[in-house]
Amino acid sequence: MTVTITVNGTQHTHSVEPRLLLIHYLREHLSLTGSHIGCETSLCGACTVELNGKAVKSCSIFAVQCNGAQVTTIEGLATGDRLHRVQEAFWNEHGAQCGFCTPGMVMVSKQILDRNPDPTEAEIRHGLEGNLCRCTGYQHIVKAVQAAARVRA
Amino acid sequence: MIPQQFEYSAPKSLAEALALIADGGKPLSGGMSLIPMMKLRLAAPDRVVDLARIAELSYIREQAGSIHIGATTTHHEVESSAVIRAKCPLLAETASFIGDVQVRNLGTIGGSVAHADPSADYPAALQALEAKIVIKGAASERTVSADDFFVDTFTTALEPGEIVTEVIVPVEAASTGTSYQKLLQPASGFAIVGVAARIQKSGGKITLARVGVTGLSNRAFRAAATEQALTSGTAVQAAADVVAQAIDANSDLYASAEFRAHLAAVYAARAIDAAIRRTS
Ligand SMILES: Cc1cc2nc3c(=O)[nH]c(=O)nc-3n(C[C@H](O)[C@H](O)[C@H](O)COP(=O)(O)OP(=O)(O)OC[C@H]3O[C@@H](n4cnc5c(N)ncnc54)[C@H](O)[C@@H]3O)c2cc1C
Ligand code: FES
Ligand code: FES
Repeated sequence: MTVTITVNGTQHTHSVEPRLLLIHYLREHLSLTGSHIGCETSLCGACTVELNGKAVKSCSIFAVQCNGAQVTTIEGLATGDRLHRVQEAFWNEHGAQCGFCTPGMVMVSKQILDRNPDPTEAEIRHGLEGNLCRCTGYQHIVKAVQAAARVRA
Repeated sequence: MIPQQFEYSAPKSLAEALALIADGGKPLSGGMSLIPMMKLRLAAPDRVVDLARIAELSYIREQAGSIHIGATTTHHEVESSAVIRAKCPLLAETASFIGDVQVRNLGTIGGSVAHADPSADYPAALQALEAKIVIKGAASERTVSADDFFVDTFTTALEPGEIVTEVIVPVEAASTGTSYQKLLQPASGFAIVGVAARIQKSGGKITLARVGVTGLSNRAFRAAATEQALTSGTAVQAAADVVAQAIDANSDLYASAEFRAHLAAVYAARAIDAAIRRTS
């Protein structure tokens, strides 16, 4: 089946099998390897991307379901050399250790702040529930989201 | 984890989708249950019919004392809907506890009820709300109560070729207090037990009690003994203690049947107490 998907502002058209998952489309067809495969079972959130402005786990959606859609991956957040404020905050607050979970953490943190510019700590933790981190203990990730919120405020 | 091959179609109209499903197509909504199952090859449909592009299945409408919710309305749309938050807060609260942000962005109310996971959250609320489920097939249409809809583990009143098109919940009286309380499985977020309570009071007495329970047994159910105890003046904890009475409780690695029954009483008391505090 032929799909046309706009990824990070660039439109792509490919012929794909219906069973191709979005994460494999991004990583293997477009060589966008920023989104990671952590669990493959929809639990870890490392594969999180934005689909028409909504954070989704790209290991749990087929590329054909995204035909005609706009997808943003971690590669699409920075503007030239200028990092997105959430990326900048993860950098400043040590929100990453090994970095494996970070692309997903950044994408879901962006969603949290897009919907709620000034979240409480409890709201941030509720928003991060679908993303696992084996390194940080989450403390610095929560601080990064709080710092990113202050940048806009 | 790569699913087995299948043919995919994404019809734009309900009539077209129903024809494809009557012909053996498997409905796909948010994919938050079906796709993980396809990846594990626990499900291997030959033909998948994506309902997500059918505009006529996505809506939230208030009409004559009820709120009608189209099947493909996502959990996020339910939790953030101004109408549902104001007029059926129990459903909005329940939706906000489902899975995580990403799951709520894609998962739908129609898919959740059709899947009938015994630990799913919506069924507890829909039982407490005495909700109705609208079912359509290529040549049929019927409306069933939530109690008749949820038959058994992963088993509903749906016949082959039929889909859920709508869920109908009542507009809550402003004086009603409601609450959903769950203990979540830390990995998946599903309810080990979840209890939805609706309470109305008058002159210091409980005049209406509805208690829906999920996670405890093969299907979500209304705890009739607890409801009766509450309206006959029994104290909250004593009423909650009979919530698992005559129920064959589930047992798994995380919680034995005995522990689940205990948890059900604890969470029932919490939900009922919170609902009472929210009455006016
Ligand atoms: C990580 C994770 C955590 C989760 N945590 C929770 C949780 O805490 N609580 C909870 O309740 N749920 C949870 N879920 C499940 C989630 O709520 C699903 O969205 C829901 O169970 C299925 O809805 P769906 O729209 O995704 O359906 P799909 O996955 O698309 O379909 C599910 C099943 O229903 C059928 N179907 C779909 N739509 C219809 C329809 N309109 N009519 C008839 N049949 C239909 C499909 O053929 C399939 O058999 C979780 C899921 C994941 C991946
Ligand atoms: S790889 Fe998608 S949720 Fe873990
Ligand atoms: S930084 Fe290593 S998993 Fe999160």
